[in-house]
Amino acid sequence: MDKIVVDARGLSCPQPVILARRAIREGSFPIEVLVDTVTSRDNVTRAAERLGCAVQVSEADDGFRLTLSR
Amino acid sequence: MSRLGSFSASRWGIIVTGATIGLLAPLLQRWGNPPNMGICVACFERDIAGALGLHRAAAVQYLRPEIMGFVLGAMIAALVYREFKPRAGSAPIVRFFLGMFAMIGALAFLGCPWRALLRLAGGDLNAILGLAGLTLGVGIGVQFLKAGYSLGRNNAAPAAVGWIMPAAMLGLLALAIGRPVLTEGGAIFTSASGPGSMYAPLLISLGVGLLIGFLAQRTRFCTMGSIRDVILMGDTHLISGVGALVATAIVANLALGQVRVGFAAQPVAHSAHLWNLLGMTLAGLAFVLAGGCPGRQLFLSGEGDGDAAIFVLGMISGAALSHNFGLAGRPDAIVDGVLQVGGIAPVGMWAIAIGLVACVILGFTMREQAMTVRRVAMAPAEQGE
Repeated sequence: MDKIVVDARGLSCPQPVILARRAIREGSFPIEVLVDTVTSRDNVTRAAERLGCAVQVSEADDGFRLTLSR
Repeated sequence: MSRLGSFSASRWGIIVTGATIGLLAPLLQRWGNPPNMGICVACFERDIAGALGLHRAAAVQYLRPEIMGFVLGAMIAALVYREFKPRAGSAPIVRFFLGMFAMIGALAFLGCPWRALLRLAGGDLNAILGLAGLTLGVGIGVQFLKAGYSLGRNNAAPAAVGWIMPAAMLGLLALAIGRPVLTEGGAIFTSASGPGSMYAPLLISLGVGLLIGFLAQRTRFCTMGSIRDVILMGDTHLISGVGALVATAIVANLALGQVRVGFAAQPVAHSAHLWNLLGMTLAGLAFVLAGGCPGRQLFLSGEGDGDAAIFVLGMISGAALSHNFGLAGRPDAIVDGVLQVGGIAPVGMWAIAIGLVACVILGFTMREQAMTVRRVAMAPAEQGE
């Protein structure tokens, strides 16, 4: 089984959200979004929840790993 | 509980931030700041450029403590909540020029998005043209974002990268308090008349700046982002803060007797509609391409973002160019009872055209090089989850 990994670390707002939304639209889950700021973590979480995803957040050494599932 | 449950990330958080700005800006005006300019990030950075002698427009020279407060307040918030993170390296030269063009556009209109909102709340209907232009510019920028526009990744950086901007602001603050005259007839310049001569007491300006910087860092308040998020994905989170700002500022201005409705001869404003619109179109496009309005760039630079700091320096340089080259808007004036409509000189119109062309070229050409999305086989343990 595969997962989709979206590496949005270091990208400025709103690119992490755009990339996450695009992956969600393509419909292959689970999706793992890597971000490196609290702002991106919160923005991606909010956008994913609006699109009906469950979001699980874990800390990674250089930021956060968001696991999106539906 | 969702991680978004914390107050600062909630809708109430952003509304409280907007309302705080909407209340304090009219009060700053009452306490001495220029009319409909309780807070204006572009104007205040322009005033700082003037105080340092980077331009010599005598009416707009003052070291505005609000700007230093914004950066330092955001820095304090970032340190307290462990979000201070030195980082840089995402196309800094592009960000510098985006800052320059953003300032040239904003000064053609005579204000940043914050002041556009405050001008509207003071009855200056020219702000409608400015906000329409801002929306148009943001709309154009969103199309580039959708098509894959990116300034590329930043990288974690040594601590010094994050500390330079707060340290520079402390230096400016020391100059603002000491007001040394470093050469005869030279810097630090302070306007004897005009908007630069109008200011609230230093400690009040600084305190308001610190408070707003703190709140805005926590809630990610951004005027450009508020419009962008609505256009891009119908997300009304940030714009609820902007709405709160305008609503509160209208009430505060009414209570303080600071409302005068109309287009002509509004304070530090002109009624050349086309250039109010196009100036802010340029500014809005440059803000989207750089990822934040002028206020947001200050808050980011306070939390260690060296690229946002470069944008701020670009804006200050743009202010210097704007006034040295005569690109900035000239306010309406009433001379012997006759209205003289202000506006911008032909050279200013050329500057806006050049800025728009440059931004469009950047919009088409800047792309992230490294791969961002990949399909990875999951480890057996992950599949079991």
